[in-house]
Amino acid sequence: MHKRFLFLLGSLSAALFLLLLSCVKNPDADGQLPILGNRTVENGDTVYHRIKDFSFVNQDSNIITNASFEDKIYITDFFFTSCPTICPKVKQQMLRIHDKFKDNDKVVLLSHSIDVRHDTVAVLKKFATKLEVDTDRWHFVTGDEDHIYDMADEYFIVAQKDPDAPGGFDHSGRIILVDQNRYVRGFANGVDAEDVDRFMGDIQKLLDETAIQ
Amino acid sequence: MTKSSFAILCFLLAFLYFSCDINPYKQGEGLYLHYCASCHMEEGQGLKGLFPPIAGSDYLEANIDQLSCIIKNGLVGEIVVNGRTYDQPMLAIKDINDIEIANLINFINYKWRNVETYISPEDVRTQLEECQ
Repeated sequence: MHKRFLFLLGSLSAALFLLLLSCVKNPDADGQLPILGNRTVENGDTVYHRIKDFSFVNQDSNIITNASFEDKIYITDFFFTSCPTICPKVKQQMLRIHDKFKDNDKVVLLSHSIDVRHDTVAVLKKFATKLEVDTDRWHFVTGDEDHIYDMADEYFIVAQKDPDAPGGFDHSGRIILVDQNRYVRGFANGVDAEDVDRFMGDIQKLLDETAIQ
Repeated sequence: MTKSSFAILCFLLAFLYFSCDINPYKQGEGLYLHYCASCHMEEGQGLKGLFPPIAGSDYLEANIDQLSCIIKNGLVGEIVVNGRTYDQPMLAIKDINDIEIANLINFINYKWRNVETYISPEDVRTQLEECQ
């Protein structure tokens, strides 16, 4: 009996030890954020994945392009206003990010609608108003359908029409962080508050890094 | 059994006991998290002017007899909750059965209405027959 308990205790300790090991901080955690995506080497220089040109219309009918984010970092996601599944949760987390950095004009949010037929400028305006967001710093955009889906690929986000999915669209709830040079520097699971806590730390880290340069 | 092994056994039992939630409506909670929490959020607080709260909702109190119908058939059109107007459509949950609706309502009653009422699947059926 005694031996059995010792064995049990041993197994428990081993399990705890493994659990602890998996929680150990990433050794790179204190360094700079990585640049994500494929990279190639051209003439001896490393070329990183860089977000390509885009042009959309926001809830105030203003044209939003890469130039709108010059010298700023931005946080982006893909959603649709009538989404019955994960979008509201992602929006709740985007709101947390918005509230945390609302006094920093270097931080902007960009939410793309993937339901361009339904989500007109007027619908997006109403949505933003109901969400009580500071509309200068959070753009809800629509535009050419293919262009939107193309940009989702750029941010490594899965988005597609799917008649069988609730609401008619299938998409991931990722939130992406892009730096002032159009490089993707981090992402979070937009339905996981704890992961977004970590992500907000990354945003601050990127801001600190940007300030030094 | 030695003293130390007895102590370990007690510890394990205590751990098991305290790790168990006292919520008596486990299925209701699971259904809530699956069907409702996306919009009404995990703590029933809703989301700004988009989705109304369940916790502390005067609309829920006034329409408690309609709750089975709202869950099953959804809701379209403007409603006023705690003085605020909401008009995002609520989807119907076609696949949900009477027992599940009862469990879901009992969880909502337990969690946010602090009432000691119990609704049975028969009550749900009666409500559903009289949906407006």
